[in-house]
Amino acid sequence: MKTLFLPILAIGALAGAAQAAPPVRVAAKVAVEGAWCRAAPKGAPAGGCYLTLTAVAADQLVSVETPAAARAEIHTMSMDGGVMRMRKLSEGLALPAGQAVALKPGAEHLMVIGPKIDLVAGASVPLTLRFKFAPPVAINVPVKAVGGK
Amino acid sequence: MRSLRKFVLAALISAAPLAACDRTAEHAKANASAKVGGPFQLVDQNGRAVTEKDLLGKPTAIFFGFTFCPEVCPTTLTEMTGWLRDLGPDADKLNVVFVSVDPERDTPEQLKLYLSNFDHRIRGLTGTTAQTDAAAKAYRVYHRKVPIEGGEYTVDHSSAVYLFDAKGQFVEPIGYGSPPERGLAQLKALLKG
Ligand SMILES: [Cu+2]
Repeated sequence: MKTLFLPILAIGALAGAAQAAPPVRVAAKVAVEGAWCRAAPKGAPAGGCYLTLTAVAADQLVSVETPAAARAEIHTMSMDGGVMRMRKLSEGLALPAGQAVALKPGAEHLMVIGPKIDLVAGASVPLTLRFKFAPPVAINVPVKAVGGK
Repeated sequence: MRSLRKFVLAALISAAPLAACDRTAEHAKANASAKVGGPFQLVDQNGRAVTEKDLLGKPTAIFFGFTFCPEVCPTTLTEMTGWLRDLGPDADKLNVVFVSVDPERDTPEQLKLYLSNFDHRIRGLTGTTAQTDAAAKAYRVYHRKVPIEGGEYTVDHSSAVYLFDAKGQFVEPIGYGSPPERGLAQLKALLKG
């Protein structure tokens, strides 16, 4: 997956060499790895999705869109003294250059609110990730059961 | 040893509200007495009235949460379902109760639909906000409604499963995130009495 952004860098380099157009800085794509959504119980008003993002240059995940739910938000969660707290990251999530940022259970997650599809194992959730600088990334995220009976 | 353990557990439980902000004098007073559990008036997922007296005569595992919860509550319910399966017929000798801290969204109908995913012996309780607040207070469960910008809200809440004996005396919690085998062993010990 790391190689995902290389072709774009290459295109950028070619464009630079050709001097055909005024220099437009096209930010390299953010690499997305290991995306999955947690299977949610029937009737659950929300679900969580997780993935690892690596931006080439410092960037920010600013929003998430999905046709599979009323909306999607970027959240953080913490357990402190046995108390579960969840918050919306209204500023989005910072992505330091070259550093893998993992959204994972117990921490940052994408919250899919008001799902329009059944979040059952085998289903998939189309997500569009929007960044401050890098172009948006559209992915189809598989739903996986956790724990289980 | 047992009393020491009880003391440590009581300290742990009171540490949860302590760690949270907005601790009022009233909470402080409640923390001074280490009693966990008390009277409540709620309804189950079938609309039947349930009080603390209905739990007497069997040991009880009780936990608080809400269905608008992507991780902690489904994980606990999934684990509980696994434990009940592993207990076999003994599971019938246990009350298992999930109390909503979000009665506005968790109507009996919503609890019924949500709990249909899990072991059918898990009872879901809800009520008016005043009733669920009173139940959470009796069980010394911290919870706080927090608005999410854009209209929704979330509820911060204590996430442990609290175990009680058949007489309604608090025994110990099963901490969230502790190894599942440990939770099962705690339930087996609770059933032995
Ligand atoms: Cu969330």
